[in-house]
Amino acid sequence: MKFRAKSTNIENIHQFTNVINTIHKILKKCTLRLTPEKMFFILPNQITNGGVSMWCELKQENFFDLYQMDGISEEHNEIYLEIVAENICRALKSSQNAKSLKIKLTKKQVPCLTFEVELPSLLSSSRVVTHDIPVHVIPRRLWGDYQEPEMPDFHVCLCMPPLAKLKNITERLKNLSTYLTISANQKGDMTLKVETELVTAKTSFQGLEIPEFDEDSQAPSKLWPEDEFASARIDIRKFSQFLSGQQINPYKVICNVIHDSAIHFFIVHDNLSLQYLIPVVRC
Amino acid sequence: MPVLTQSIDEDSVFSASISNAKNVYNILKAVHFKDTATVFATENGLKITVEDSKCIQGNAFIQDQIFQEYMLREESVTFKINLDILQQLLSIFGNSSIGSTALKMQHNGYGTPLVLTLEEDGAVTDCSIKTQEPDEILDFEFAAGNVINKVIVVAECLKQAFNDLDTSSDYLQILMSPVKPYFRLSTSGDLGQSNHDIPKDSDMVEFFECSQTQSNQYRWSLLKPTLKAISLANKVCIRVDHRGFLSLQCMLKNESGQVCFVEYYCCPNEPDDDEEDNGCHGPFSFV
Repeated sequence: MKFRAKSTNIENIHQFTNVINTIHKILKKCTLRLTPEKMFFILPNQITNGGVSMWCELKQENFFDLYQMDGISEEHNEIYLEIVAENICRALKSSQNAKSLKIKLTKKQVPCLTFEVELPSLLSSSRVVTHDIPVHVIPRRLWGDYQEPEMPDFHVCLCMPPLAKLKNITERLKNLSTYLTISANQKGDMTLKVETELVTAKTSFQGLEIPEFDEDSQAPSKLWPEDEFASARIDIRKFSQFLSGQQINPYKVICNVIHDSAIHFFIVHDNLSLQYLIPVVRC
Repeated sequence: MPVLTQSIDEDSVFSASISNAKNVYNILKAVHFKDTATVFATENGLKITVEDSKCIQGNAFIQDQIFQEYMLREESVTFKINLDILQQLLSIFGNSSIGSTALKMQHNGYGTPLVLTLEEDGAVTDCSIKTQEPDEILDFEFAAGNVINKVIVVAECLKQAFNDLDTSSDYLQILMSPVKPYFRLSTSGDLGQSNHDIPKDSDMVEFFECSQTQSNQYRWSLLKPTLKAISLANKVCIRVDHRGFLSLQCMLKNESGQVCFVEYYCCPNEPDDDEEDNGCHGPFSFV
C-alpha cells in the first residue's frame, strides 16, 4: 500500500484545511477512503454516534498537484483508514503560510499519515514541520460498512436560509432546549421550533429557494402535498455542530426532510460535496 | 409581514412594540444578575426588578416613549419571568450591529404567558414564555429627602475605580465627605489595603454635594452586579442616605440616543454582622 500527495498551491491547501476543519466540528473519528480519483471522508450510521452519518467526497485533482497511490491490491485499488480529524486539524494549523503540503502513508511504530508542511524561512533553505498522525488501516473485509448510503425517499427538498443566520438562531435555541423540530414544505417555508415547559419559540423563514431537479438528482416524493410541512425532531447539538463547523462557503446547502425520520443536508460546492444525516430523536 | 405593520392586538392587556430589540436587551443586560426578574408595566413604561439576598436590588426602567407603540388596558400588570430565557430570545437573531430586530411584546393578564414576536430581514420568531407569580419586591425606602451625600461622576471613572480595587476583599468601603478625601473607595484583602480617591474638583465629577462625612461598608459580592450597569452607562449618580443605604443611578444611552435609567440599591454591612449569614440590616430584615 502506498499513498503520496502534494500541493504547492496555497489556496488549495487552505481549502483542504477548511474541509478538515468542517469535518472535525461534526465528528471526532471518521474513515478516510482513498481511490485514484477521489478522497472520501465517511462516518457511517452507528448507534455510538447517535445515528448521525456523513459522506464527504472530493476530487483529488482539485486539491493536489501530485497524487499517487497503490491500494490494498490491484483488483481493489483503494485504501481505507480510520483517522481522528482533530489530529489532522492540528497538523494543518502549521500550513497557514505553507509553501507546500505533502501527505504520505508511512509506517512508524504504527501506520501513520505523515504531513510535511514546508514553510518559508528567512534563511535560504525552507523549514519543514512534520506531523505523524497514527491511523488504523481498515481491512478489506470491513469495507462494506463504508459504502455510500442510499438516499432515502424524502418528502421535502429546499435550500437552507443563510447559514450564519441559522447559526445565531440555533446557538440561542440551544440554550433553551435539547431538541429542535425542523419543518419545511415544498413551497419554500421552513420553521425551527423548540418547546419546553417554560418556553415555546419558533423561527420561520419563507420564500426559500427550491433547487431544480434533473435526472441525476432525486426529486422529492410526488405524493407529499406541496403546502404540507414535513417535520423531524432532532438533537439540537448535532445541528449546531454542523452549522458551527462550516468553513467551506458553499454555493448552496440543500435540506431534505424525511418526515418523522431524519434531516439530510447536502452541501454543494465546486470542489466537493458533503452529505450529513441527522435522525430524529424518539421520546 | 413585518411586526410593526401589524396592529396592536385589541385583546391584549399589555402590548408594546419597538423597532430595535437591542434597546430592550441592552438595558436588561444591566440588571441580569439572577435568572428571574419581576416585570411591572404601568402607563409610564416598564420596570424590571432583580434582587439578591434581600440586600441588593437592581431596577431597569424603560419608559413608554422608548417604544414605538405602548398600550396598557389595566392600571398595571405584574409578573415574574425567567430573564435568562427572555434575553436569549431578545437576541435570537444575533448581536451584530448590522440589521435591526423589530420586537413586539404582548401579555394578556394574570397567569398568561409573555408573547414575543421578533423579526429581522424577513425571518420571524414567535415565542411564548411562561410567567410566574410575582415575588414581593423589597422596598428599600430610599427617599431623596434623606440623602446625606450625593456625587455624579462620569461612568468610566467609577468603572476604572472598581476594576482597580482588590476583588479578594470581602467588603467595599465607601467614604463620602465635605472635606478631604471627599470620595474614597477602599478595600482590604489579600493585597493589603487599597484606596481609590476621586477628588471633588476632578473633571470626572459632574456634581458634588456632601453635607456630612459618612463611611459605609458594603459586601463586594453584592455590588458586583452593579459593575455591568456601570460599564454600560455614561454617568452614575451615587447617593447615600442617613442609614448608609447606597443608591447607584446609572444613566444609559440606547442605540437611538435615548436615555434610560438603571438603579441599584444596596444596604450597608454592619461590622457586627460578620458572624451572621446575612450581613444586612434594614427595616425589612428578618434577623
